[in-house]
Amino acid sequence: MTNSYQYKTFETAWCPGCGDFSILESLEWALTELELKPHEVLIVGGIGQAAKTPQYLNVNGFAGLHGRALPPAAAAKIANHNLKVIINTGDGDSYGEGGNHFIHNIRRNVDMSHFVHNNQIYGLTKGQSSPTSDIGHVTDFTPDGVVNQALNPILTAIALGAGFVARAFSGDKEHLKEMMKEAINYNGYALVDILQPCVSFNKVNTFAWYKKRVYKVTGDDSYNPNDKIEAMTKAMEWGDKIPLGVIYREDKESYMDHFDFLKENTLLETPYDNKLIQSFIEEFMQ
Amino acid sequence: MIGGAAGQGMDTLASAFSQILHKRGYQIFTLQDYMSRVRGGHNFFQIRFSNEKVKSHSEELDGIIALNQETLDWHIGRLKPNGFVFADEEVKSEDKRLITIHAKKIAKEAGNIKTISSVTLGALTKLFGMDETFVKEIFGEKFDGEVTEQNMSSFKKGQELVDSRYEVEEGESKKTMLIQTNEAIALGALAAGLKFYSAYPMTPSTSIMSYLSRKAKNAKMVVEQAEDELAAINMAIGASYAGVRAMTGTSGGGFSLMTEGLGLAGIGEIPLVIAVIQRPGPATGLPTRTEQSDLKFVINASQGEFGRMVIAVRNPEDAFYQTTRAFNLADKYQIPVIILGDQYLSDALQTIEPFDLDRISIDRYLADPKDYENGKVYNRYELTESGISPRLVPGIVPGTAVNIDSDEHDVVGNITEEAAVRIDMVEKRARKFELLKTELIEPELLGEKNMDVLLVGWGSTYSPISEAVDKLNETGEKKYGALVFGDIWPLPQKKLMEKSQIAKTIINVEQNHDGQLASLIRQETGITMAASVLKFDGRPLSASEISSKVKEANR
Repeated sequence: MTNSYQYKTFETAWCPGCGDFSILESLEWALTELELKPHEVLIVGGIGQAAKTPQYLNVNGFAGLHGRALPPAAAAKIANHNLKVIINTGDGDSYGEGGNHFIHNIRRNVDMSHFVHNNQIYGLTKGQSSPTSDIGHVTDFTPDGVVNQALNPILTAIALGAGFVARAFSGDKEHLKEMMKEAINYNGYALVDILQPCVSFNKVNTFAWYKKRVYKVTGDDSYNPNDKIEAMTKAMEWGDKIPLGVIYREDKESYMDHFDFLKENTLLETPYDNKLIQSFIEEFMQ
Repeated sequence: MIGGAAGQGMDTLASAFSQILHKRGYQIFTLQDYMSRVRGGHNFFQIRFSNEKVKSHSEELDGIIALNQETLDWHIGRLKPNGFVFADEEVKSEDKRLITIHAKKIAKEAGNIKTISSVTLGALTKLFGMDETFVKEIFGEKFDGEVTEQNMSSFKKGQELVDSRYEVEEGESKKTMLIQTNEAIALGALAAGLKFYSAYPMTPSTSIMSYLSRKAKNAKMVVEQAEDELAAINMAIGASYAGVRAMTGTSGGGFSLMTEGLGLAGIGEIPLVIAVIQRPGPATGLPTRTEQSDLKFVINASQGEFGRMVIAVRNPEDAFYQTTRAFNLADKYQIPVIILGDQYLSDALQTIEPFDLDRISIDRYLADPKDYENGKVYNRYELTESGISPRLVPGIVPGTAVNIDSDEHDVVGNITEEAAVRIDMVEKRARKFELLKTELIEPELLGEKNMDVLLVGWGSTYSPISEAVDKLNETGEKKYGALVFGDIWPLPQKKLMEKSQIAKTIINVEQNHDGQLASLIRQETGITMAASVLKFDGRPLSASEISSKVKEANR
């Protein structure tokens, strides 16, 4: 596929067959269909294989610190809300190292999309368990199997009050692209947890493992993603059957909607007012 | 001095008295000493006023207002022989200087027990021969109509309790600001065009955020309380990347969490201003007290090598002007700049000359978007002679991409491990730091130019050192001078080298145990100290302490 976001000229650091390729492809596709110009898009990553995404797209990129993708992304959006801000980063970055930012950026509800490449394993550090590894998963650091319970990002996000919570699978690029587009268009924090096989380090949750279990709620008229209780029940499904699609959606005011002065200008464009500063100085005088 | 337990109304009393003095045209310095608790404990304010400039606190007291027994017991030793103590009936003492003020009883009679402070304020002002001028206005700003009247009635009754004792000249300074240094930092940031401030509350830095929060809507800026200091610094970095002036603030403990972000600003070359308001550490330390023990920490924080600047603020004027300069330097060199303060200075309330906006400028040093509108390739980390690359704001020029990477990166901003590129980038960042060294501000020289004894200090001890040097020079035995550093990293060396040739003895004066400035000076210049005046009990150094310790060390 050729488009204005196409791969930069150098090699990616991903393994052949990695789910990241499909995610990247779906993202390019989504951005193209949304007719966003490359300079209007900012992709933010933390550290990890998924977090390398900004390097491979011809858009503005911010590859920050491990676990810290959400804070600079939110602030960049606040500073210039004309930017479309998208976070691409992994399960370790999002739910482990960055857990506190995950919680509080849901509360903050800045208009941005958070695409979590969730392969249930640590890839860059070569095969340790992640916060989403299931109990019993044998890894480098857990030779007798993981004993900690897996974090359920979908259920957590809904419980914390996220207004857009979706799950997708890197093996279904068309559906993934649609989820991305919806998330990008949503006014507020939008989470898309993307199931993604790690061909090198996760021998449990393979492409076939996911393929056998996933099914879509998208297009299923009997499912109502606006019903929080129904969504939470759906979010708890994991194991033999794994639901894909928008699990929960609620339209509400985002962070920026609370600032009247940002309705005309971006923060970046707000003019400096010398007289106002002088009046602040005078408030300290007799 | 006004002392008591938290919750007894000291703040109201001290603030009202300071405001009366300010409005009457006196120069004031109010020291705040408080414990880390919301109720109880022992807290006090020390107010010093004069027609002359008052720059610091004094150990000796003319009067004590003891809202509890502890205040009297602990501080009576500092009271001058002809001083006074005001206290309510429950505070007991045989001391002849005690004047019992039945404030509680009178306040009750006035119909509002909460007006106790106003009774005391009435008696206090009367002692100095001051009437009710400005008092109603000050109450009116704080209370609604009925409560103002009740306070006025208590105030008037208070005035009847004592006779005037001191003859004070009329105040002469009718055009001054009454301000805390943290407020001066915040105001400096606003004057510099600050648009985004993210922080997590931490004593004694919190009042910067409080002031900005009050002004945010009016100033059309965003103040965000972050979930932790990691988020606070990373948010400020994100906002700065997107092109607005951004800042964060904290104390040592919070800065410990920010060290990783500091490195990101370093390698990412993202301008950032951080206010670090010190308190005694390590870990939680003494949360509400003062120390200068984070100098080496802020200079060395974060892994790897990168340029940063540290400016220690010396008084509210310095805090204001240096904060505006910090933003310009951060933008010019694309580095983190740390404003280093401490509790003593940050909480002290003092009168100063009004800030002059004509003295400041806003210099953004951004690349001109027009240069890239015709398809010219934009590289965020272009190699240049100065080491400073053109900085473009993302999202405004079609066809450009602004890429930041915390990994070592090439000129575009993409990850690389190539040895040659790594060398280029390290050297590029180092060149910026060398250039920065050419525009440092040398430390201020106080006292005698051709001194026998040279004191060196930094930051908040500026005013106590300045008074101490004057006092020492009055004795006429030896000639004393001092250099007090504001810019402290990179360390300006010219004046120090020059004066170290003249002085026979050099003594460092610092609020820490290890003598961190002395160590920094030795590291950078090889100059060693003959003696040290150090204090690390969490309480501020006064001019008289400095002069007596200097004399002792110099005997």
